[in-house]
Amino acid sequence: MEPFTTLTAVATPFYRSNVDTDVIIPAEHLKTISRTGLGRYCFKTVRYDENGNLRNSSPFDRPPYDKGKVLIAGPNFGCGSSREHAVWALMDLGYRCVIAPSFADIFFGNAIKNGLLLITMPEKEIQELLKKATGREFTVDLEAQTVKAPDGKVTEFEIDAFRKERLLGGLDEIGLTLQDEKAITVFEERDKMARPWLYA
Amino acid sequence: MAGKTLYDKIYDAHIVADRGGADALLYIDRQLVHEVTSPQAFEGLRLAGRRMRRTDATLAMLDHNVPTTPRTEPITDPMSKQQVEALMANAEEFGVQLYDMLDVRQGIVHVVGPEQGFTQPGLTMVCGDSHTSTHGAFGTLAFGIGTSEVEHVMATQTLVVKRAKNMRVTVEGELPPGITAKDMALAIIGRVGTAGGTGCVIEYAGEAVRSLSMEGRMTLCNMAIESGARAGLVAPDETTFEYIKGRPFAPKGGQWDVAVDHWKTLYTDEDAEFDIDITLQAAEIEPQVTWGTSPEDVLPISAVVPDPATISDKAKQAAAEKSLDYMGLRPGMKIADVSVDHVFIGSCTNARIEDLRAAADVLRGRTIAPNIKLAMVVPGSGLVRDQAEAEGLDEIFINAGFEWREPGCSMCLGMNPDKVPAQGRCASTSNRNFVGRQGPGARTHLVSPAMAAAAAIAGRFTDVRELMAKEPA
Repeated sequence: MEPFTTLTAVATPFYRSNVDTDVIIPAEHLKTISRTGLGRYCFKTVRYDENGNLRNSSPFDRPPYDKGKVLIAGPNFGCGSSREHAVWALMDLGYRCVIAPSFADIFFGNAIKNGLLLITMPEKEIQELLKKATGREFTVDLEAQTVKAPDGKVTEFEIDAFRKERLLGGLDEIGLTLQDEKAITVFEERDKMARPWLYA
Repeated sequence: MAGKTLYDKIYDAHIVADRGGADALLYIDRQLVHEVTSPQAFEGLRLAGRRMRRTDATLAMLDHNVPTTPRTEPITDPMSKQQVEALMANAEEFGVQLYDMLDVRQGIVHVVGPEQGFTQPGLTMVCGDSHTSTHGAFGTLAFGIGTSEVEHVMATQTLVVKRAKNMRVTVEGELPPGITAKDMALAIIGRVGTAGGTGCVIEYAGEAVRSLSMEGRMTLCNMAIESGARAGLVAPDETTFEYIKGRPFAPKGGQWDVAVDHWKTLYTDEDAEFDIDITLQAAEIEPQVTWGTSPEDVLPISAVVPDPATISDKAKQAAAEKSLDYMGLRPGMKIADVSVDHVFIGSCTNARIEDLRAAADVLRGRTIAPNIKLAMVVPGSGLVRDQAEAEGLDEIFINAGFEWREPGCSMCLGMNPDKVPAQGRCASTSNRNFVGRQGPGARTHLVSPAMAAAAAIAGRFTDVRELMAKEPA
């Protein structure tokens, strides 16, 4: 996974409640066996009408937001299906950071594992950032835990240490866990005695 | 010291290593795998040269892409075919048990797991599918994960899991006649909201929950995720043990008694505390119908479509306007005046034998309305199909004008040939009414199997209790 340190980029305003993962990537585009190439289907029903024409109401695809790498979103972003394709699609569309009042749990976990930084901020601060998302660049600094708006105003955000470290280091989580292999084996040996019917 | 909740008991019993803060590395007892969220996980293992740690704790299923037409016909969509073939090849290569499309045990992963006795109380169980919460009906901690986590469990049989908050939803009293677990599930979501359970595991309690069959409890826990909760739980009891006994993966011989003794310790202590505690009265629950594009947009059949102008929260008001526009509904319309043209009975929420019986009870001696373009029943597994056929339910469905299909996820999610056309309106027993969920432009109304059957007869939503009070014409 690619580490996340700092990011300076255009922020796209996309404030809607309960944006579900079917909206981020419709199920018909989950039939892939790879992780790449999903960007063109990302937010498909938001971006295109039934005839495949770009919708005027969509913030995506047109300057300045076609260069967007930060998404400013609404509450409960990423609810619904567990599909990690939603994260892959967002990243393939160019996004590396989403800022919202809240995120759904499974989406939150999926994002971290792919190096997509999710920042939770109070509603009031989100509304301020939305007003400033007019095409000039924002800077997100994970180490400092700050978002700098184009007008220079800096807002701090919270992130827990474990997730921050993994994002900064781009760490392979399976590799990390396997350092505890002995503990896993000990657990299994003990469990086999207690619940033998769970082991073939 | 305060007692423990059922959730905390299961969580604590599976800690392999502490990860600081609220995180711990948990042992995962079982993993279910399906074709959509697994190919990249298997590929990850291959690229890293890793093997699967416990094939005996893993069960794979083909369900999302599978057509529900006769199994003798090939899969025509090349992308679906590729995904199905990829899982079959991966299962073979890594030594994972898989029920292929011709196997009578094949079906929707959340129907088959319990049916095979793979789901048992007190386990930690995962699947790359948000409706894994279904298995919580057995008092097992079951939750949906993404593909990276699927790979992590395959390689290590563990997962870093943040301890959730404890939430309890108690439904007091007896459910009135004609009211089902689905109505209870929808009424709870209407009350809690689609994000009300975020960060929580919900334990369902109370007389109305205890009185549910295992099928009903599965419907209830299936929709825990639609309240934002990662998992739902119902403490195991005699109903649970009775269901599991004798199933293929169930403990055998002397191990059965040891297992049951262990399972009987799985309950929330009297003095345990919940972060959120909500109570509903069963007597107040009516048949439920969703009107919008989020499961929280739900009302009783006696209600009218809400007017967004009366919603004070601006974001919610805008969302409601967008929903009504997509759904093609006008504020103030009676829900009972909304006509439907598609009816779908199936999905991991409502495709078990009890669901099919409930729908068949309504359809017996009746026929679907002329405005219904397609009504279909999709059993949750080959075993459910066989059981239904043995009881003659298939004939009731066919005589009423329904199509009787082969098992799969079908019209729940628009990944296989079963879709609702744009602007089509479907009474559906599935779990999500999201924009485009049943196909681009499709309009979904979530209901119980009995209410879906009633909508098929009336050609519009109607209170199944009123319909059943009249003799079939």
